[in-house]
Amino acid sequence: MQVELTVNGEQRSDDVEPRLLLVHYLREVCGLRAANIGCDTTSCGACTVLLNGESVKSCTVLAAQATGQDVVTAEGLAAAGELHPVQAAFRAEHGLQCGFCTPGMVMAAVSLLRENPSPTEEQVREGLEGNLCRCTGYHNIIRAVLAASGQAEVTA
Amino acid sequence: MIPAPFDYVAAESAAHAIELLSQHGDDAKVLAGGHSLLPMMKLRLAAPEVLIDIARVADLAGISVDGDELVIGATTRHADLASSELVRADAPLLAHAASLVGDPQIRHRGTIGGSLAHADPAADLPMALVALGGSVELTSAGGTRLVAADDFFAGFFETALEPGELLTAVRVPRRPGVAWGYQKFVRRANDWAIVGAAAIDGRIALANMGSVPVRARAAEQALADGASAADAARLAADGTSPGEDIHADRAFRQHLARVLTRRALEHIS
Repeated sequence: MQVELTVNGEQRSDDVEPRLLLVHYLREVCGLRAANIGCDTTSCGACTVLLNGESVKSCTVLAAQATGQDVVTAEGLAAAGELHPVQAAFRAEHGLQCGFCTPGMVMAAVSLLRENPSPTEEQVREGLEGNLCRCTGYHNIIRAVLAASGQAEVTA
Repeated sequence: MIPAPFDYVAAESAAHAIELLSQHGDDAKVLAGGHSLLPMMKLRLAAPEVLIDIARVADLAGISVDGDELVIGATTRHADLASSELVRADAPLLAHAASLVGDPQIRHRGTIGGSLAHADPAADLPMALVALGGSVELTSAGGTRLVAADDFFAGFFETALEPGELLTAVRVPRRPGVAWGYQKFVRRANDWAIVGAAAIDGRIALANMGSVPVRARAAEQALADGASAADAARLAADGTSPGEDIHADRAFRQHLARVLTRRALEHIS
């Protein structure tokens, strides 16, 4: 079947199997490898991307369901080579250890801050409950999101 | 994990979806947010030959007022329920339940109709609908019938939906300002309830205390007879026969039902 959608601002049209998952479409058809496949069971959030500006787990969305819609991956965040404020804050606050969960964390954080631009620390923790960091590097991730919201000193 | 092959059809209207359902019968499944169905298909616990996608049918989504009821379109997402001013004012128990489903990403995709039709007895929205005394609109080529929440859930993952019927809308009574209680015992973030309890207006519903969301009828009767929250809650597990699993045996679940019911009722009083 044919899917037509926008990925990182680019209009695409691709012939895919109906059963193709969005994360496989992004990684294998579009060549965008930021969204990682972690648990593959809607739990870990490593595959989080934005669908019409909202965070979704792309391992549990069919490419077919994204027809006519707007998908943004971590690759699409850095407009004109400038890091997105959330990406810059993750770097400044060292909001990562091994980095595997990072693209999903960043996309979930972007979605969270769109819905709630000035979250409390508790709201950040609850807002990221769909994303697991198996290095358990949560403290710096929370600090990075608060810094990106303009509510915490950026240390670097 | 990759689902077994299937044909995908995007329905253009509710009528089109119902026509496709009649045409394909048991070979077809309805797809909305896909957050219960797609995980089952990836595990090959479900392998429908046809998926009928209703997510883009405009008149199946949205929240409106009809007299003393809220009417919620089947494809209304958990995130929309949780943030709706109308639902928060007129059915805050439902908005709260929706805000506790899964995690933000899941709430951006999952729908009320999908969750109810999936009929997981451990899930939030089936328990909430039973507590609220709501109903569902089931539409087929022959018309629409209204089924009360108490009659809709027929068994573990089973409902009153007949072949060729589509769950098109959900109705809940409007109760602005009426106190309610909602309790859920989970072992970690983003998990289903080991046991849940929801109470409003003399009704008490329990999650994961049987094959369907059940009413705590002995406790309800005690409340009606003037018992205190604590005394009524002692009866919350009467007549239940919950399953046992790695997280909880029957006695522990019944203990949880009593404790959570007491907390839910104390939140009201």
